[in-house]
Amino acid sequence: MSRTPQGTEATRPRTLAEKVWDDHVVRSDGEQPDLLYIDLHLLHEVTSPQAFDGLRQAGRKVRRTDLTLATEDHNTPTDNLFTIADPTSRKQIETLRANCEEFGVRIHSLGDAEQGVVHVVGPQLGLTQPGMTVVCGDSHTSTHGAFGSIAFGIGTSEVEHVLATQTLPQSKPKTMAVTVNGSLPEGVSAKDLILKVISITGTGGGKGHIVEYRGQAVEELSMEGRMTVCNMSIEWGAKAGMIAPDEKTFAYVKGRDHAPTGEDWDAAVAYWRGLKTDEGAVFDREIVIDAAELSPFVTWGTNPGQGVELSGAVPDPAAYEDPIERSTAENALAYMGLEAGTPMREVGVDVVFLGSCTNGRIEDLRAAAEVIKGRKVADGVNMMVVPGSARVREQAMAEGLDKVFTEAGADWRFAGCSMCLGMNPDQLTPGQRAASTSNRNFEGRQGKGGRTHLVSPAVAAATAVAGRLAGPADL
Amino acid sequence: MEKVTTHTGTALPLRRSNVDTDQIIPAVYLKRVTKTGFEDGLFAEWRDDPKFVLNQDDFRDATILIAGTEFGTGSSREHAVWALKDYGFKAVVAPRFGDIFRGNSLKNGLLTVELPSEAVEELWGAVEADPTVEVTVDLVEKEVRAQGRSWAFEFDDFARWRLMEGLDDVALTLRDEARIAAFESNRDAWRPRTLPSAA
Repeated sequence: MSRTPQGTEATRPRTLAEKVWDDHVVRSDGEQPDLLYIDLHLLHEVTSPQAFDGLRQAGRKVRRTDLTLATEDHNTPTDNLFTIADPTSRKQIETLRANCEEFGVRIHSLGDAEQGVVHVVGPQLGLTQPGMTVVCGDSHTSTHGAFGSIAFGIGTSEVEHVLATQTLPQSKPKTMAVTVNGSLPEGVSAKDLILKVISITGTGGGKGHIVEYRGQAVEELSMEGRMTVCNMSIEWGAKAGMIAPDEKTFAYVKGRDHAPTGEDWDAAVAYWRGLKTDEGAVFDREIVIDAAELSPFVTWGTNPGQGVELSGAVPDPAAYEDPIERSTAENALAYMGLEAGTPMREVGVDVVFLGSCTNGRIEDLRAAAEVIKGRKVADGVNMMVVPGSARVREQAMAEGLDKVFTEAGADWRFAGCSMCLGMNPDQLTPGQRAASTSNRNFEGRQGKGGRTHLVSPAVAAATAVAGRLAGPADL
Repeated sequence: MEKVTTHTGTALPLRRSNVDTDQIIPAVYLKRVTKTGFEDGLFAEWRDDPKFVLNQDDFRDATILIAGTEFGTGSSREHAVWALKDYGFKAVVAPRFGDIFRGNSLKNGLLTVELPSEAVEELWGAVEADPTVEVTVDLVEKEVRAQGRSWAFEFDDFARWRLMEGLDDVALTLRDEARIAAFESNRDAWRPRTLPSAA
């Protein structure tokens, strides 16, 4: 079933992105950008206070509180559920709570059973479903594209706009396919795949495009793996990333708190089955990757595009022809304290961070636990394990994963954004080097002067044991 | 929003590419709940270095930032735009911007224009040779001018009109309130809701 808002059948083959887009157009007049209806608006404490202020000043309400959900994640501590020591962090959290109270928005606060990183909470509640438009004042909103939705990060002005109107004016992006043929080799994860993609495209390669990840390797990914891939779409500049929903998607959604039931479920699934790119639909661009050639991938520099195989070495900036790229690489090596030519496996780390909206879901914790079980975190290495949500934490504990981590000498924490960004107490100190399952290795991202290598959960766990960048096969 | 048409001022050359929004303003500076006061966080990681271009007297009064490609990639934080504005910048010129940053800048009247790398290189050369060189970013004519040279830039017609008129997006959208309501009345009933019933 392919519909347009006017109720007419589409006459030409369309991509998945075009179908979801068309079904959310409130206004399309060719002069202004299209006005898109927003199905789900997620909020957190950092990018919303000024938006609520704007509403207040204009005397406006939240148009659809029933399509809006807030959680606390960026500022929250992960060592306890009650005390936010930093007064400015506390003020921001308290402001969110007061705004939600005043405007009637549902909120999951620190200590609540449903609290967690906003992009883990949406899917786990079943609020993220196929064929939706999902926005949040957070660039990793692209995560929700794993369900076949158009999901993207917005700024605070746009948060205010969505609160007031439940719509957003958007120019229609171009479409791109990333086709991954064949199966991922044993030991290669969704994270390795997306880090490889970003190393090919650079940080701006996806600009202006909604990307559809497809092909056998993508179909074979779990929902968690698909979320990891879509999550990092923004790291190569894409407007959004999405994956066509299939039986795996429906099975993941079914039975969750906000999943449709009974006849509604049947109607929803009937609609969702149509959400795939039509035969003959044309993408504006396509990238094709052979899954068989992939291996564990890590970053060496200060943006997510500066990556290399774990089996590789720190590149030589002199090899870059473009002078700006060369100096950017030189700056990156200076910041990272790395010498060109050093094998990645010889890079020692001080901290291992397992968590974030990229890799803080149950499957990520399981993958790391499998590697670390019966082993010990190396002397001098601090490994932090931070579940993406209170529910993930609870499930991991029910499976005994917390014991696996603590017996290995890792630190088992409460849910939150934690060390993904230097906003809460979990931060690197200057010069400290981390292997991190998060999404950004920018200068200072994990704390002023901190040095970040982005890795998969399995590589994170192996690195914690080895004390230097390593894969499970190295142990 | 105040109207944006053209701006003339001196320029600061930032010879770096991939200046992500974490560099423009680190997360630790994002905790304010107001829209102002973010100037202290601008490029905070780099400002400890006395040689950093922002610390050089020659460029102290610059109001136009000229940066390398992929400026403003990464986090959606609008604070990056507020920090640049609070510091005194009116315009940013770069070969390419991160999408969300660009959108945020235009909502706040910070003029962001894309010029080819060669033009940016020429502008860097000109303002480094003479920091008093005046640069004009002209949204009306869609061109950047300096030292008798000019470089045309592309700019979305609708975004340009909105900036030149200083229009508020929410007010513009609410002119279509009837269409929004009509769309809502046709939405599938099974679409998820965060609350038991509409407010």
